[in-house]
Amino acid sequence: MVGLAEQLRFPARPGRHALVWAFIERQTNLWKRYWAWEVVWLVYGVVNTLAVTLIANQVDQSSVGQSIDVSRLVLFLLIGTLVWAFLSAVLDDISLVISWERWEGTIEHTLMAPVERWLHLSGMVLFGIMHATVRTLIIFAIALPFFSVHLGQADWFAATVVLLVGSFSVAGLAIFAGILPMLYPERGQQMSMMIQAFVLLVSGVYYEVGVLPAWLRMFSYVSPATYILDGIRSAIIDGDSLIDVWQQLAALAAFGVVLIPGGLATFAAAERWAKKTGRLKRQG
Amino acid sequence: MGRDWVMTSSGEFQAAAIVSWAEAAARTSPPLRVTGVVKSFGGGFDPTRALPWRRNAKREVPRRVVDDVSFEIRRGEIFGVIGANGSGKSTLIRMISTLLLPDAGEVHVFGLDAVRDSMRVRSLINRVSADPSFFRTMTALENLLFFGRVYGLTPGEVKEKAPEILRRLGFEWERALEPMSHLSRGQQQKVAVARSFLTSPSLMLLDEPTTGLDPRSKRDVQGFVREVQRDHDASILLTTHDMEEAELLCDRIAFISGGRIVAEGTPLELRQKVAGGRPVEQIDMEDVFMELTGRSVEEDEIVEPVTVGA
Ligand SMILES: Nc1ncnc2c1ncn2[C@@H]1O[C@H](COP(=O)(O)OP(=O)(O)OP(=O)(O)O)[C@@H](O)[C@H]1O
Ligand SMILES: [Mg+2]
Repeated sequence: MVGLAEQLRFPARPGRHALVWAFIERQTNLWKRYWAWEVVWLVYGVVNTLAVTLIANQVDQSSVGQSIDVSRLVLFLLIGTLVWAFLSAVLDDISLVISWERWEGTIEHTLMAPVERWLHLSGMVLFGIMHATVRTLIIFAIALPFFSVHLGQADWFAATVVLLVGSFSVAGLAIFAGILPMLYPERGQQMSMMIQAFVLLVSGVYYEVGVLPAWLRMFSYVSPATYILDGIRSAIIDGDSLIDVWQQLAALAAFGVVLIPGGLATFAAAERWAKKTGRLKRQG
Repeated sequence: MGRDWVMTSSGEFQAAAIVSWAEAAARTSPPLRVTGVVKSFGGGFDPTRALPWRRNAKREVPRRVVDDVSFEIRRGEIFGVIGANGSGKSTLIRMISTLLLPDAGEVHVFGLDAVRDSMRVRSLINRVSADPSFFRTMTALENLLFFGRVYGLTPGEVKEKAPEILRRLGFEWERALEPMSHLSRGQQQKVAVARSFLTSPSLMLLDEPTTGLDPRSKRDVQGFVREVQRDHDASILLTTHDMEEAELLCDRIAFISGGRIVAEGTPLELRQKVAGGRPVEQIDMEDVFMELTGRSVEEDEIVEPVTVGA
């Protein structure tokens, strides 16, 4: 039967997984269509990983490097660049939740669909994590042969758990970043990218956070990325087990518990405000 | 939310009963009741005025775009809302679609409050907007699958219903497999019409559905809307700038000017209203439009303040 409901009909609400899946499937379709951009980010990721990690080889050849453990430095930088490739992909995918709809012009049709916002965002978060995983694994596979590193001691299980738990706390942060484009249609995306740059600075991606000036060092404590990097480095470089990295895990879990509900509540409040002031869209 | 209520454990049994009570109430309520709705834009709290160089910036004046609008749509009726550009039609439709919150007044869809019960209201409505708004790189089918899914349609249901609707709108189904950006604007508009009828809404909001369509396509869409209304007892809110279309489709029409409803009635009643002694046959809807909206359009021009925040 085609057309409108013959009488008033409350449609059966689809299961939650079907709604979450709708967003994952849509993002996958978009991702396929914008494959050229994916290639750009991959090349960029590989180049960045190589460029930064090659600094360690340079240190090896110059005299200043005599007293330091170069293969440890290689691994340190390699993990930093790869984890950052992963985290920035997650941050990008989720924080674009509103901007993307604005570019495409679909924001009103998506936001008026009978889907609770947390299910919508769950779809975006899950897609972001899967997308980031695929991209990072490819970069890893391409970059690894360039370096000789010892991975025998690594506790991959602990590293994976830290990354997974960490993804969700970063997702909470990304939801906050995604709110800005809703509040500020013209400048929100720029603000959200600057937040991302700041996280890169204070989280110890390419250096120990100890080298930061004291006033910047304070911010590293409140960035979940700091604990993710720290946890993964101890698991891979020092072979720390899950039990050894419990502090990082506890910190990340605490971030998740605060940031995710906080992000969802703030998102809902921002959406209400946008609907009050007419910021979702004005033409058409 | 609906699904949460209908579960089996004893605690939730009562909740299920409440839903059916709400649904029973909804069955006796009109598809749409708008009461005293007001919406202004601009002039809100502006934190940038705290900056030293913005202290003396001109204060933005709030502008009332929808001003104390009340009307009701009866079941199975096509209700037209007509007015000049910028008279507040789309703003009104956005408030019904839960995309804008009214400053004052209430919107009830089948008795459900559009603000408090927005999730259930959303599942009962759908909307065609003047611009088609799709994911441009995705195919028409992929777009329909996504927008169907979020209303609870399975891919199977979409693939069964969409070709039929599109065929009736004069759209070749094969083209649904091309990216949206390859389609002409009119073809995109047809896909937009299909997208909203696909979900079988109980109240349909059509905001200039035929703008940008050629005369034949226009007729295809109008024919489809009429057919759906006749066969399915549909309730539809329609805005249009095409007076012929308004007269052809609408059972009743409200004229809106400067955000206020200035006249309401059947097309015949409206013609009689502005006839002023002339025979009604000599009056067409365009005359009615000029008569009912002309003066206030000029007024709007004068009242319009300079600064409007985006
Ligand atoms: N989100 C918004 N923020 C600020 N002003 C807005 C917003 N949306 C609409 N307006 C203003 O409200 C007025 C009414 O706009 P609206 O889109 O409702 O008109 P309309 O009757 O649909 O016009 P048209 O026939 O051109 O589609 C316009 O002056 C417009 O600039
Ligand atoms: Mg409009």
